[in-house]
Amino acid sequence: MTFEQIIFYFFSTILISGALGVVLVRNPVYAALFLILSFFTSSAIWLMLEAEFLGITLVLVYVGAVMVLFLFVIMMLDINMDPLREGFVKMMPLAALVAIIIAAEIVLVMASPSFNFDQSVVHAADYSNTKAIGNILYTEYVYPFEIAAVILVVAIIAAIALTLRRRKGVKHQNPSKQIRTKRNDRVRLVKMPSSSTQNRAGE
Amino acid sequence: MIPLSNFLILGAVLFSISIAGMFLNRKNILILLMCIELMLLAVNINFIAFSHYLNDMAGQVFVFFILTVAAAEAAIGLAILVVLFRNRRTINVQDLDEMRG
Repeated sequence: MTFEQIIFYFFSTILISGALGVVLVRNPVYAALFLILSFFTSSAIWLMLEAEFLGITLVLVYVGAVMVLFLFVIMMLDINMDPLREGFVKMMPLAALVAIIIAAEIVLVMASPSFNFDQSVVHAADYSNTKAIGNILYTEYVYPFEIAAVILVVAIIAAIALTLRRRKGVKHQNPSKQIRTKRNDRVRLVKMPSSSTQNRAGE
Repeated sequence: MIPLSNFLILGAVLFSISIAGMFLNRKNILILLMCIELMLLAVNINFIAFSHYLNDMAGQVFVFFILTVAAAEAAIGLAILVVLFRNRRTINVQDLDEMRG
């Protein structure tokens, strides 16, 4: 067994046990943490496949942003887990059966000799994966790239528009009204008789 | 050298684990969203393995777009989840039958 194979099986074991943890664990916070472990480990596997840019992107975007969002939402919601877990043990045999059948079917196809090639192009030491992706992404795939940007903008707007709410009975400022105010609305000059005339009137 | 089929089998096992997760946690939308993320990860592993062994950069570009769309999907899904919890005080799929679907 070569060193490369040892690394591959090590990371695969961690990845699969992390995925099992996501599925089986009781507390959703632990499930999110197991998912972070899975993403991190699969990023290592992507590095083995010479996809350095995507491996680092997976850690930065998924572990850094998406999973933190998940953790925020989990900790913000006050969930009672007991009714959500009912039927867990009852569904276990069926779930395991379906999963094993699907896995066996895919494995039977994938283990066939047509997928069993292991020759891959060995790149030179100064080969840059990021440069190669950039070369193809900004030339051949530039329109899909721009559509991806539009999708992200739509996602931002949708997320904000969904969660925005105006509460009733909360005091808040209205800046445009504050700017448009006139002097006469705020300052009122009151004519008062001077104190000397007042004293004389009192005598 | 590791053959291509090992990576594909890893992706298949990951995919079926997340399908089992959908069966087991079918009442908890939060775990369901996590299972979707896990499925996309399995698909991405397949894409990158093929991209490496067939020496075609297009597979990695596809993974890039899948990551983009998955991030957007997670953001919108969690926003819907938060609004749902604010209105109904529950995230149980069984209770979400207002539309009688």
